[in-house]
Amino acid sequence: MSEIRNYTLNFGPQHPAAHGVLRLILEMDGEVIERADPHIGLLHRATEKLAEHKTFNQALPYMDRLDYVSMMCNEHAYVMAIEKMLGIQVPIRAQYIRVLFDEITRILNHLMWIGTHGLDVGAMTLFLYAFREREDLMDCYEAVSGARMHAAYYRVGGVYRDLPDSMPHYKPSQWHNAQQVKENNANRQGSLLDFIDDFCRRFPTYVDEYETLLTDNRIWKQRLVGIGVVSPERAQQLGFTGPMLRGSGIAWDLRKKQPYEVYADMDFDIPIGKNGDSYDRYLVRMAEMRESCKIMKQCVDWLKVNNGAVMVDDLKVAPPKRQAVKEDMEALIHHFKLFTEGYCVPESEFYAAVEHPKGEFGIYLVSDGANKPYRLKIRAPGFAHLAAMDEMTRGHMLSDVVTVIGTQDIVFGEIDR
Amino acid sequence: MFKQHVKSLLLLELLKGLRLTGRYLFAKKFTVQYPEEKTPMSPRFRGQHALRRYDNGEERCIACKLCEAVCPALAITIEAAERADGTRRTTRYDIDLYKCIFCGFCEEACPVDAIVETRHFEYHGEQAGDLLMTKEKLLALGDKLSDEISRDRASDAPYR
Repeated sequence: MSEIRNYTLNFGPQHPAAHGVLRLILEMDGEVIERADPHIGLLHRATEKLAEHKTFNQALPYMDRLDYVSMMCNEHAYVMAIEKMLGIQVPIRAQYIRVLFDEITRILNHLMWIGTHGLDVGAMTLFLYAFREREDLMDCYEAVSGARMHAAYYRVGGVYRDLPDSMPHYKPSQWHNAQQVKENNANRQGSLLDFIDDFCRRFPTYVDEYETLLTDNRIWKQRLVGIGVVSPERAQQLGFTGPMLRGSGIAWDLRKKQPYEVYADMDFDIPIGKNGDSYDRYLVRMAEMRESCKIMKQCVDWLKVNNGAVMVDDLKVAPPKRQAVKEDMEALIHHFKLFTEGYCVPESEFYAAVEHPKGEFGIYLVSDGANKPYRLKIRAPGFAHLAAMDEMTRGHMLSDVVTVIGTQDIVFGEIDR
Repeated sequence: MFKQHVKSLLLLELLKGLRLTGRYLFAKKFTVQYPEEKTPMSPRFRGQHALRRYDNGEERCIACKLCEAVCPALAITIEAAERADGTRRTTRYDIDLYKCIFCGFCEEACPVDAIVETRHFEYHGEQAGDLLMTKEKLLALGDKLSDEISRDRASDAPYR
């Protein structure tokens, strides 16, 4: 009798279900996973090293590109670290705008996740519905920053510009006449805040729709229930954060545990799971979208009635107003100094973490007193999650690997950095 | 228990999902027929770069090289010299679109609003070097879109 040997399968890096460039070496016994070995580094861009050679502001756009489906949250951790080291108090309106956009980002991320996770597992329809909502949120991104994804909107000391008072409109074309366009533009008549308000009103029904398609669906449950079970103790040992940890039943959320910006004033709940399987994590993320919507609504209500500065009034870190640059010599000098040399951060080190849609995203910054970081370490939540790939897939079937990748919400921009 | 069995036998939850997708089959379509029709675009949009001129036709750029200094991707290369009339102008203004990350910092940095990021985003290069924007190309795009650019800058001026 011939010897039976394990079969080694190379999963990715060019696999559509690998969410980017994940390369998994799967050792299989028939269709059962014996060992899963993730190979990373295919999207390594040396962000940490690049940041050491750029002024603090210049490294900001690179933060967008870490986790490229939750852009503003990455920026948030980065600017927060610098602000803490400089001892800057961010204006309250900017804090609300940041919280608002953090939550928009969270929904953006979870929509992307539910779309692709569904697609991987076999629920094709959902993808388009999720992307329809993403379109609205990306319009919000574009309205404030000018870019649909890589916003570079948060700045040290606040946010770059205030929220716009009008939204761009659809224009009539050969496909849609004036009447249809008017209907499409109905929620774009007011300011950006009105647009977000309208979105918050509509969004819970959309989440209901996703849940109608998935939550009770037997195929969905067959693919998710009991897959990738992580016990609460093990989840903590593995360094899980975010929905991965909450799915295992631990109510850990930095927005509650160490509230930053104005999260302390916000009224929201932390959804947690019970069994720690993929299905629970799905439910947690769905509930999180609803909670995010609640927070967004509170921010919109506050922002509608409270005006004020969105940038700290300190010309050493914040650029002067455009008009001032043209009229005032002092402002022009500050402008030149800021855009060439930047600002120096006192010799110190700081770790700033935010509750990123995927977990705890942290920036550990060491400054030697220069205008560039001495060292920038990025704590990416996905890295810890991916490290548990082996443990979560062992003993499962090949098709469950796809479910686990989906449930971990892997994005390679942050893992490889 | 019995109820659950009946429910599962009748495929209730699948039919519910099917009803939802069925409703969308007849609902108003939200498709945007892209090339003929476009999604709304914010006046803050950061697309391809252009160099602007003053109303009298004089180019705005004074070769202060602030954009070159601030560019995180080192995509901008500028060389400057004195012109015949004694003013300082660029002799070379290149933007390497392969390197550019469209962060908009060049526009933020420019003290004379010369370099801008326009709404124009549908461009392509057919051979190597086509996406290396030279001063001529940038000025030509600025001339072509000058009305749109001024309109967008004016609408965004109160926020900057």
